[in-house]
Amino acid sequence: MTTLPADTILSVRDLRTWFTTKRFTAKAVDGVTFDLKRGETLAVVGESGSGKSVTSLSIMGLVSKPGGIAGGEILFRDRKERVHDLAQLTPKGFRAMRGREIAMIFQEPMTSLNPLYTVGDQIGEMISLHEPVSRQEARKRALEMLKHVEIPDAENRLDDYPHQMSGGMRQRVMIAMALACNPSLLIADEPTTALDVTIQAQILDLLRRLQKQFGMSILFVTHNLGVVAEIAHEVVVMYAGRVVEQAPVNDLFARQKHPYTKGLLACTPHAKRDITEAGVRKALYSITGSVPPITDLPPGCAFAPRCDLAVEACRAVPPALMEAGAGRLSRCLRSNEL
Amino acid sequence: MAGAVSVAGQEPNLLMRLMSRPTALAGLVVLVVVTLAALLAPWLSTHAPGQLSIVNRLTPPGSAYLMGTDDLGRDIFSRVLHSGRTSLMVGFLVVGVASVIGIFLGLIAGFFRKADAPVSRLIDAMMAFPDILLAIALVAALGASATNVILALGIVYAPRLARVVRASTLVIRELPYVEAARALGVPTPVILVRHVLRNVTSPLLVQATFIFAQAILAEAGLSFLGVGISPDIPTWGTMISTGRQFMSTAGWMMLFPGLAIVVTVLALQLLGDGLRDLLDPRLAKDI
Repeated sequence: MTTLPADTILSVRDLRTWFTTKRFTAKAVDGVTFDLKRGETLAVVGESGSGKSVTSLSIMGLVSKPGGIAGGEILFRDRKERVHDLAQLTPKGFRAMRGREIAMIFQEPMTSLNPLYTVGDQIGEMISLHEPVSRQEARKRALEMLKHVEIPDAENRLDDYPHQMSGGMRQRVMIAMALACNPSLLIADEPTTALDVTIQAQILDLLRRLQKQFGMSILFVTHNLGVVAEIAHEVVVMYAGRVVEQAPVNDLFARQKHPYTKGLLACTPHAKRDITEAGVRKALYSITGSVPPITDLPPGCAFAPRCDLAVEACRAVPPALMEAGAGRLSRCLRSNEL
Repeated sequence: MAGAVSVAGQEPNLLMRLMSRPTALAGLVVLVVVTLAALLAPWLSTHAPGQLSIVNRLTPPGSAYLMGTDDLGRDIFSRVLHSGRTSLMVGFLVVGVASVIGIFLGLIAGFFRKADAPVSRLIDAMMAFPDILLAIALVAALGASATNVILALGIVYAPRLARVVRASTLVIRELPYVEAARALGVPTPVILVRHVLRNVTSPLLVQATFIFAQAILAEAGLSFLGVGISPDIPTWGTMISTGRQFMSTAGWMMLFPGLAIVVTVLALQLLGDGLRDLLDPRLAKDI
């Protein structure tokens, strides 16, 4: 089996997840490569349809037909330091992995919990599924988890049903469920998108604190660059199923080496920057056009039709992911000029 | 404030909510009375159900025989009570058999995409037969006995439950908490039972009451036609069947078991309607 550096917990290498029907093949993820280090957070950023969610579902083995992994490796190091290739894992092997080694939280906290069971029941179910514990023990651990995710008055909240809780609380319960068996990798698929801004900040805070406490690595999927700045160590920017830029978070915000990332950042509303000295509100920048359909990508760079910097060479062949400074990569021919 | 918050439409006690629906409540009360009467038949009845009294044959209802006697001088009142045991038992067991088969087929068809087409076609094919004909055919094939009547009717009504379960499963399968459960490593059988089946219980309960009512009717129909439970076990259907010969001279022989069927089935239908109104969130708003 391929080797994995000791400090790396997850290594996605040339992952290709394709959806094949009789009429077309949609390459939702096409040659994605990145590494996630132990105890760190990697953010995967991109618009809708960029392939970021499919990437995370591929890691979980949850891509449903007609989709499937067409190639590449997903190397994952478990608690016992064994390295698995998740791309080759059987459904049975995956079941042993999910919940115990890798856990996932979702976008919709309002509907991610079963309305018919108390939250204590649902956290307890997770624990007793993966570990041989008694009912009382599972309940005790569920209570501990509720305290870990900072739900006030946890003793009484344990017997609440999901409908008795707010969205933020339910997301906390989801996090408690996900972390109940102490997984080494947490995949968070836009966990704050459905929440109020103030609650978002609280949840991000909580995740950061829990990461220190439990030591898990987080793969954070989002389209919100503000959230990325808050939580990530390393950032991967995806466009049309490919990685277009990768950099440590501070470097990325200091200087973007791909016009798409630059555009994304310019699109973020900014309280002070957007008002001129005369007090006039400037129009918010937007990237012209939209993401091309994944079944009909242009021959060259997928971003070329929307790019201000595109030249003839960009439209000819798809550019490769190239080094663009220390520890960072860019899929742009003109990254030096940025 | 801990745990005291309650959201509309989620009050815990179904029975309390049923109180607000007079017709459903009436159905429930009648059903309880009928069930108690059947259960307490040995103590309530005035005569032994099989006790012959040729001298008193075809006596009209009166003080000695509350509902009269039949052609062999047996007390109709006592026989109606005892028949209730058989009829209700058959209805209950038919619901049981239909639920086991129907839930199994419905879950398979609804949850596993590949199984959907073949299982659904099977369900359609079974529903294309008229109920009573299919039941007669099955009883004819299996042989007429109480067990076989229950099995046959269970098979006849299973497709209806299967459809309800399949339809709800199709919806629930796509809900985020099912995907979340899968992402957290919950095995498929546990997802099916804990997360899908538990959320199907409301429509299932409603269907079950209707099937209960229909099973009582169908059993009576089979007995009346002479292909059901053997005539020496009293059921409402066999009583009507024998009473038919004396319809013009001793109408009470048919009247009272017939009334028993009407009252029981009506009560079940009212209860079923009430439950449907209460448990269907789209209809629940106007309460």
